[in-house]
Amino acid sequence: MATLNASAGVDWIRIHPLVVRVTHWVNALAVLIMVTSGWRIYNASPIPIFGTWRFPNEITLGGWLGGALQWHFAAMWLFAINGLVYLVYGIVSGHFRRKMLPIRPVEVLHDVQEALRGRLAHDDLSVYNAAQRAAYVTLIIVLVVLVASGLAIWKPVQFQPLADLMGGFQGARIVHFVAMATMVAIVIVHIAMVAMVPRTFPTMFTGRARRIVAGRTT
Amino acid sequence: MSNAGKTTTSRPGLSEQSTRQIELIERRLFLQRGLSLGALSLLSGCAITEQDSVQRILDNMSYWNDRAQAAIFDPRRLAREYTESAIVDPFPFNAYYSEDEVRVVDEKSYKLELSGLITSRKPWSVAELHALPQFTQVTNHICVEGWSAIGKWGGVRFSEFLARVGADTTAKYVGFKCADDYYTSIDMATALHPQTQMTLTFRDQLLPPKYGYPMKLRMPTKLGYKNPKHIVAMFVTNTNPGGYWEDQGYNWFGGS
Ligand code: HEM
Repeated sequence: MATLNASAGVDWIRIHPLVVRVTHWVNALAVLIMVTSGWRIYNASPIPIFGTWRFPNEITLGGWLGGALQWHFAAMWLFAINGLVYLVYGIVSGHFRRKMLPIRPVEVLHDVQEALRGRLAHDDLSVYNAAQRAAYVTLIIVLVVLVASGLAIWKPVQFQPLADLMGGFQGARIVHFVAMATMVAIVIVHIAMVAMVPRTFPTMFTGRARRIVAGRTT
Repeated sequence: MSNAGKTTTSRPGLSEQSTRQIELIERRLFLQRGLSLGALSLLSGCAITEQDSVQRILDNMSYWNDRAQAAIFDPRRLAREYTESAIVDPFPFNAYYSEDEVRVVDEKSYKLELSGLITSRKPWSVAELHALPQFTQVTNHICVEGWSAIGKWGGVRFSEFLARVGADTTAKYVGFKCADDYYTSIDMATALHPQTQMTLTFRDQLLPPKYGYPMKLRMPTKLGYKNPKHIVAMFVTNTNPGGYWEDQGYNWFGGS
């Protein structure tokens, strides 16, 4: 968070590293493709315990099962490789340790309550509040579960031990679906939070935010 | 079951037939409108050429996925075998047509034709196939649609048959033509896998027409649509023969 420019009376601090910004938006595109094509694939044979409910075809990608599979199996490489770059960077550079930790349940609860009252604690954009930290870490874990269960569905024979962890092919389908639903729910909240604090939006492109001095923006 | 795995989405309240027709109509509309369906509205306004180039990228990714799956495929890894109590009854029927259109092959006129890189190309009768050494398997049939069902199949180990007829097993592909006009092809590594079977029986009974009488290919290492039923001709080749669903967009390798 080095000071970039103190000349014009405005202090700019770098809050989002380039790798995080690029992987974030690549991920958002990959996730959009994965989710909408995944819904079309799901429609071909809904999971029996969830009944016969299907996603409206209008909000799916691919046009038919074969087309949706092509999108899903193309975007999975983008999603997985991009995610791997983000994970390795986050761990090696200390980004995760610095910005996601610690996560204290009491703080998370407090910040979630504040957010629900419309008072999101996010004055200093260089620091994620506890609710954000918990949401991002959960999201990252869910994305890892999505990849693992996806691999188990794709290769239930070649990766049989992985599929067995999830109760076999049909079990992995359920894990994959529940992880997708969890991710979609968190992402909806995530986007709603960005809408509540719109100042954060441009920072995910530029990486910069104005520095807070003694509780006010200079 | 087979040619399986690939058909249409079943829709409650509709016959398989009308479900299939709806799917075909949808598919035609889809092709006409290109990729404009779906949530990626940013692609919807694209010119035809851009739609073509998107489709080209998707096709290339599918070829890439064929290669990735060939690399992942372990010729020694066996699909799990289950106990007979796990067999699903009734076992689902699936094809690109409905169950009342199942082809009934006449044993007397049937012969299995061999061609391509095979030295002894004499045709085989049903009785001759049944006279070969047999084995059974209780394995999981996984459909590309997402459902799966455990069944019991019996027949001839395909690798032994290929050796018996002098097939060139250094070639890349084995292609299949079926009495129901279905066709598909597989990689040689999977053809030689110990669980790949020229199936003649289902649950210890003569293979019924709906599951592919007189002979189907059963591969627990591949999705249902790669398992052709009612096979009347097979050939060994180095040119990829494609397949009924594969030529419309399903991934060619289709491994599981
Ligand atoms: C259009 C959709 C999206 C928008 C507008 C958006 C916006 C943002 C913004 C503004 C931030 C920075 C928040 C801050 O500085 O306080 C952020 C961070 C983050 N977003 Fe999103 N996002 C979107 C979609 C997604 C999706 C789909 C995912 C994952 C599935 C995701 C995961 C994350 C994560 C993990 C972070 C923290 C990144 C880090 O610091 O390592 N976002 N997002």
